[in-house]
Amino acid sequence: MKAQESPRRYHAPVWSEPIIMTMGRKGERGIRIPEVEEEVRAAVGDAIAFVPTTMRRKQPPSLPELSQPHVLRHYLRLSQQTLGMDFNIDLGEGTCTMKYSPKVNEDFVKELAEIHPLQDEETIQGVLKIVYDFGHVFLREISGLDEFVFHAGGGNEAAYTNACIIRKFHELNGELGQRDEIITTIFSHPSSAATAATAGFKVITLYPDEETGFPSTESLKAAVSKHTAGLMTTNPEDTGIFNPEIDEWTKIVHEAGGLCAYDQANANGLLGVSRAKESGFDMCFFNLHKTFSSPHGSYGPACGAVGVKQELVKFLPVPVVTFDGDRYHLDYDRPHSIGKVRDFYGNVQIVLRAYAWAMSMGTDGLREVAEISMINNNYLEKKLLTIPGVTKPYKTNKRLDQIRYSLEKLREETGVGAQDVIRRVVDYGVQSYWLSHHPWVVPEPFTPEACETYSKADIDYWVAVLAEISKEAYSNPELVKTAPHNSSIARIPDANLEDPAKLAMTWRAYLRKRTLTK
Amino acid sequence: MPNSVSEVKQEMLKEIGVENSEELYAQIIPDRLRLKHRMNLPKPLAAEADLRRHVEQILSKNIDCNKNLSFLGAGCWKHYVPAVCDEIARRAEFLTAYGGDEYSDLGKHQAFFEFQSMIGELVGMDVVGLPTYDWGASAGNAIRMASRITGRREVLVSRTISPDRLAIIRNFCGPAAMPNHIDVKTISNDSKTGMLELNDLKEKISSKTAGVYFENPSYLGVIEANGHEISKIAHESGAECIVGVDPISLGVLSPPSDYGADIVCGEIQPLGKHMFCGGSLAGFLACPDEKKFVGEHPSHLVTITETVRGECAFAYCMTERTSYIGRDKAKDWVGTAAGLWTIVSAVYLALMGPAGMKELGETILQKSHYAARKLAEVKGVKIPFQTFFKEFVVTFDGKTRVSEVNRQLLKRGIFGGKDISREFPELGNSSLYCVTETHTKDDILRLVDALKEVSK
Repeated sequence: MKAQESPRRYHAPVWSEPIIMTMGRKGERGIRIPEVEEEVRAAVGDAIAFVPTTMRRKQPPSLPELSQPHVLRHYLRLSQQTLGMDFNIDLGEGTCTMKYSPKVNEDFVKELAEIHPLQDEETIQGVLKIVYDFGHVFLREISGLDEFVFHAGGGNEAAYTNACIIRKFHELNGELGQRDEIITTIFSHPSSAATAATAGFKVITLYPDEETGFPSTESLKAAVSKHTAGLMTTNPEDTGIFNPEIDEWTKIVHEAGGLCAYDQANANGLLGVSRAKESGFDMCFFNLHKTFSSPHGSYGPACGAVGVKQELVKFLPVPVVTFDGDRYHLDYDRPHSIGKVRDFYGNVQIVLRAYAWAMSMGTDGLREVAEISMINNNYLEKKLLTIPGVTKPYKTNKRLDQIRYSLEKLREETGVGAQDVIRRVVDYGVQSYWLSHHPWVVPEPFTPEACETYSKADIDYWVAVLAEISKEAYSNPELVKTAPHNSSIARIPDANLEDPAKLAMTWRAYLRKRTLTK
Repeated sequence: MPNSVSEVKQEMLKEIGVENSEELYAQIIPDRLRLKHRMNLPKPLAAEADLRRHVEQILSKNIDCNKNLSFLGAGCWKHYVPAVCDEIARRAEFLTAYGGDEYSDLGKHQAFFEFQSMIGELVGMDVVGLPTYDWGASAGNAIRMASRITGRREVLVSRTISPDRLAIIRNFCGPAAMPNHIDVKTISNDSKTGMLELNDLKEKISSKTAGVYFENPSYLGVIEANGHEISKIAHESGAECIVGVDPISLGVLSPPSDYGADIVCGEIQPLGKHMFCGGSLAGFLACPDEKKFVGEHPSHLVTITETVRGECAFAYCMTERTSYIGRDKAKDWVGTAAGLWTIVSAVYLALMGPAGMKELGETILQKSHYAARKLAEVKGVKIPFQTFFKEFVVTFDGKTRVSEVNRQLLKRGIFGGKDISREFPELGNSSLYCVTETHTKDDILRLVDALKEVSK
């Protein structure tokens, strides 16, 4: 084994860029508006006459006034102060699958820029073919389910779509008043609980068995009843632990009269390996911005691909893309549909990227993605567990594509916790890792996911950063606690974010509150 | 995939202590849950050049709104996208960032705060959150906020809302059997002006009403002149006044706060985004900086703050409201939605400035009204509502159905307005036309000439 590389020197750009609201001078312009032809002006006269007097804007909005190069310069500087995945070994953001997205896909996306979603079907046959084929050719085979839609603009909206389908199913059966409970697990994404609650369900949350790390089948049996509307769960959960009894779980829920929804937001370790169908799920969703390589876009746009088995196809949101053997169509005439969760039919540019990526991988490529993400994860584990202060909770040994570790030991021994280390990794040019959803069942958590994008050397480097920080924690804990030191800014005291009087979500609120506090 | 190199893979497997990946899988996933067959997928196009040929061949079947002349709007609009917006949207830093914190991603957080600030100026509100998926979702969030604030379970919605947006709202409000169900009632519109029917509103509003939701301009493009009266009626019944806006109009139209709005939502796609076949939608949600509103706001909120060194910084705040912390006890839910579009909107508004937004609003008013006047000169064509911004209803009196008119226009390389004759049968044989700053006089006259031929 090669000796660990020591972390390289790094410093984030420091532009000390002012807020745009304070920049520029009155009268500067960033862009000109297209001309209104003289004949048009002459024909219609003064524009403002078309606005009822009650609705005429009296004060112009206090937007900044800047010339174009200065707007560009400002946002380029802000971009430089953002550590995109392309720039770093971004394997710390577990559950997010920060994988490389081939640049050629951006060229494809440009081709969709000027398409309107309500164009005649004849003029969007290319779009519809991509959407149809990605569902029917790829995701059907990958999941074993029967029909997919891409309306949801992200994973959480896809979870919500599943909750709406469960709701509609029971409504149609006349059992909705009775079946008002959704069961989920604490290590499933919180969107399962939150979207079910928004859809009107009571939520029962199962906690893991302290030995195995996943809830016991007995706890599920105790939770189901005539009130059970469904199960919304992840597998493997955030811990990377695959519930080996999941088919028994779906059977128990089905026998109780509920439906089973599989959060496959991150399915990276399962491609070609294990499917929603064989685990007994009625529906699922994939995050195309995770497993299927569309870039995350600073928190979206994204796409949650919702798939269902045949019996539930009628509930899908409208429109559904259909194919008659010759042409593709948008089918709105679906009386049992849940209706709409999102306008039009989704972020199709994300579907296009996912299609292109899957098309470049094929059967063996996708399977290899799964294998390598599992190997990377297990290799990372071997390395991380050699670092003082890092532990892996729960006895279930082998994990699939990610692991929730704990820095509790480090905190006990040095006073340095996960929220200190997260600020320190940034000092080494590595994106802040992801901790955990709340509540912290695992104390001082962090959850890396070394998907197939990352090389062995990348993983070694990431481990070297953690090892260095661990060393610092034992020798000079203040260094870590006061981090970051090489970032664009220094640490924000927690207290600054606790007092509502000190918070300002807009510049106008900031000015008002600052005046008040003076 | 760097670690597909077999030598590396072997090294790693050795480190893990297994012979091959099968041995690992066997320890993680029970055999009965393992897929027994090799997936049946198309032969891969591993070479970028082959993939490009394949995908471009499929996409070449599309005809877009640059090739054809389009008058489609109805929730997704063709506005001019400044090149700087595209330049920033393509930056790998922003395009490939995700949940990085306030230190590693200072720039992202600052751009988010600047977006919130500029939308705050446009709508006249002190609190703006990070956008959700689309206007419909932000309207759904707004209505549920109003319900939680007032403890009431009924909302009055203008009849002329987009039916698709209403369908999204209905999902947010749930069926009657659910305990958190909100009853959605529609308020009719004046058949002459298209504005909200105040008498119908007065008749339906009661102490059960959580909120009154209307749009300005409406789905049918109508500028609602009675905003002040509507909010007054809402407030007299203890209901919240919720207004949905197209922010591109706010250089010339009053900010909703001026006429009594309590919560404002809307669609930011017009602010510097190409249409992407509906893939660039994002809904914003704004409210006053008062605990009763902010505490119910479901979205991420970025605050300006400072570091230990006194530097300006930006961070998520009041996170306990969100589903990431609150799970089923949270205010609705929040998730990955539209970060890149948030940044691009900020760039757009910074380029436009107050003068740009005003001139743009005026330009759209002049061009759209010019188009409406010219179309009204066509035999058998009527424009029922005269007070509009950007979009307007076009009614065809003749025998030709809108669907047929649009088919004929398509043959001439024109996407006619959206057919709304099924959505709003009371408007007869009608469609919704959209004219923006991107249309020229010649574009409009080309449409007029084509309609003269086809609308007989």
